[in-house]
Amino acid sequence: MRLIAAMSGGVDSAVAAARAVEAGHEVIGVHLALSANPQKYRSGARGCCTIEDSHDARRAADVIGIPFYIWDMAEEFHDGVVEDFLAEYAAGRTPNPCLRCNEKIKFAAVLDRARAMGFDGVVTGHYARTQVSESGKTLHRAVDHLKDQSYVLSVLTVEQISGAVFPLGDTTKVDIRKEAEARGLAVAQKPDSHDICFVPSGDNAGWLRDRLGSDVGPIVDQSGTKIGEHKGAYTYTIGQRKGLGLTIPTPDGSPRFVLKIEPVTNTVVVGAREDLAITTMRGERPVWCGPAVDDQRHKGFVQIRAHGAALACTYFIENGLLVAVLETPLLGLATGQAMVIYDGDSVVGSDTICETQ
Amino acid sequence: MPSIYLDHAATTPIDARALAAMTDQAAALGNPSSLHTHGRATRKTLEDAREILAQEIGCLPSEIIFTASGTEANNIALKGLYWAGRDKGKRVVVISSIEHHAILDPAHWLATHEMAEVIEIPVNHGGTIDLEFLANLVEKRGDEIAVISVMHSNNETGVLQPISEVVSIAGEIPVHSDAVQSFKKVPLSFSQLGITAMSLSAHKISGPLGIGALILKRTIEIPSLLHGGGQEREIRSGTFNAPGIVGFSTAAVSSGYNAAAVSALRDRFISAVQRLFPDAIINGLASERLPGIVNVVFPGTQSDTLLLLMDGEHISCSTGSACSAGVHEASHVLLAMGHSEASAQSSLRFSFGATSTEQDCDFVVSVLPDVIARGRAAHSL
Repeated sequence: MRLIAAMSGGVDSAVAAARAVEAGHEVIGVHLALSANPQKYRSGARGCCTIEDSHDARRAADVIGIPFYIWDMAEEFHDGVVEDFLAEYAAGRTPNPCLRCNEKIKFAAVLDRARAMGFDGVVTGHYARTQVSESGKTLHRAVDHLKDQSYVLSVLTVEQISGAVFPLGDTTKVDIRKEAEARGLAVAQKPDSHDICFVPSGDNAGWLRDRLGSDVGPIVDQSGTKIGEHKGAYTYTIGQRKGLGLTIPTPDGSPRFVLKIEPVTNTVVVGAREDLAITTMRGERPVWCGPAVDDQRHKGFVQIRAHGAALACTYFIENGLLVAVLETPLLGLATGQAMVIYDGDSVVGSDTICETQ
Repeated sequence: MPSIYLDHAATTPIDARALAAMTDQAAALGNPSSLHTHGRATRKTLEDAREILAQEIGCLPSEIIFTASGTEANNIALKGLYWAGRDKGKRVVVISSIEHHAILDPAHWLATHEMAEVIEIPVNHGGTIDLEFLANLVEKRGDEIAVISVMHSNNETGVLQPISEVVSIAGEIPVHSDAVQSFKKVPLSFSQLGITAMSLSAHKISGPLGIGALILKRTIEIPSLLHGGGQEREIRSGTFNAPGIVGFSTAAVSSGYNAAAVSALRDRFISAVQRLFPDAIINGLASERLPGIVNVVFPGTQSDTLLLLMDGEHISCSTGSACSAGVHEASHVLLAMGHSEASAQSSLRFSFGATSTEQDCDFVVSVLPDVIARGRAAHSL
């Protein structure tokens, strides 16, 4: 196949590109310039896409022996990922920008461009596996469950998965670093990036405050009584206990937790721990990585965070929404997050949580 | 699998005799600044080379200041002439709007850090500078101008600039010309042009990398950027790069480049492009140009995509313009010529050289339709 390897300048995408070449594909390395004003140097494990990262990617491509180009996707990234991130927070939801980037950039803008140029697909260093079945290519967890990134890839449609190549899914991260070393790739020991790449300071709340303002608003209990003030509703997350700054204690001295964020009234609702518990979640705009789910009850697992636990559930479609009913209640679930349904290790599909109870 | 090189304006294969002369010299012992036998031997070879080069460029041997690159020559000339002028109260630096970054960037650096006022001479749609603009400027503000710098030919389009006219308009004002692309491609004489300073680079004429020259009138004194051993009229200190200098002068007298043959290839290519793509724009087509450079705008494409696709066909060509952090930018040259931002981002530069053949030309023509179709498909998303 003729493939575009998306190379961030990190160890995973470098090894992925090398493995694709070794598998006999014709590979061209591409680094995505996602920031209109890139930083010169990366600091520690924060972010990516600095000029230094693009040099690392170029060096890796040269060592592997493949052509290398930089694609300017700054505008697409800003419109599709950064703006979405802000809009979601402003609406009181908690988005996952990595998921949006895979959906809108890596396996949309990049894949579409690659296909138009005559390439067959895109190689990335994601830890996930694909398998070819009767219904086409399906998406599965990586063997390294600690590194598994199938959650952030769950937004890909069957069509997008058909153009995706994940060469690292069968290997652990530890072994990938060893392999990079053996291949003479200088990025072998480069730290992983953890935080949100477009918030290089790592201070998400501060970054949001700079862009969305910091309108103070009431913190209320479930009866609607004001018991405090917040400094911008979007800097809170459901289930948060610390940093609420509440001075009026509960009658029994038990701690309060954020239960709800209401963007229209700029209100944060708090309550007791048990009020956080939910058993049912509903999501909108489902995307299926294989056959669509119907209204029949299916047993499986749901995951609500990138590296969260797989929770046993029953899932089905009801009134156009994907519903997951948990076997054991869960404490604190923010809307806006993706709920990803698994059947064993295989990704069934995902959607955006819009309702919990 | 063919491997086609049509990027001779970036760099061109080294001449075999230049390479041999250079490697011989690299094995020789002696610093030309030393007074002993070894030093004198190297000095003799080096000064022979300087005389040969002076002959070729039409200047005095003492007017040649060897540098490490054309960029360095441009920097010494522009900054040096500005500082010399500033001492007399002249703060205006005049450059054309289509200069190479090796003039544009030092000019804007002078504005930011050294209190210069930079004025850019516009160009017409054909890519030639507006002489009337320059004449008006010199008439109104002539006493304030420290230096005028206009390239001899443009590196993206190959369009030749009317340097003799610039010199006559300039009068007493020092004129510098970046002649890196023109040397050995078109007739070029420093003394006949009557300019103050000129920049050259060896690797553009089949000489080695890492050696260039500033030609500076012998009566002109300018401040130095590099201070040290006092070599090259104390304008450019540093141990002589003897192998580079010998390679440079050998390349300058080699007869590998046949301008008529190169321009015939260029015209063959242009006819084919015009036949295949009626909407393609050959930039500077009606202007006087260098023999080897063709700059084409393919509407509805993006240069960097085309470059990747051409590379995939084992063809090396160029977008002609600069990158910022690896991201391709719209060409300032094409923008100055009146192209829109989109159009200025959709060009390719093909540059033919001494080793180019009709087969090279025809192979590129054979893959262009598919490459442009895929480039357009990617751009239309």
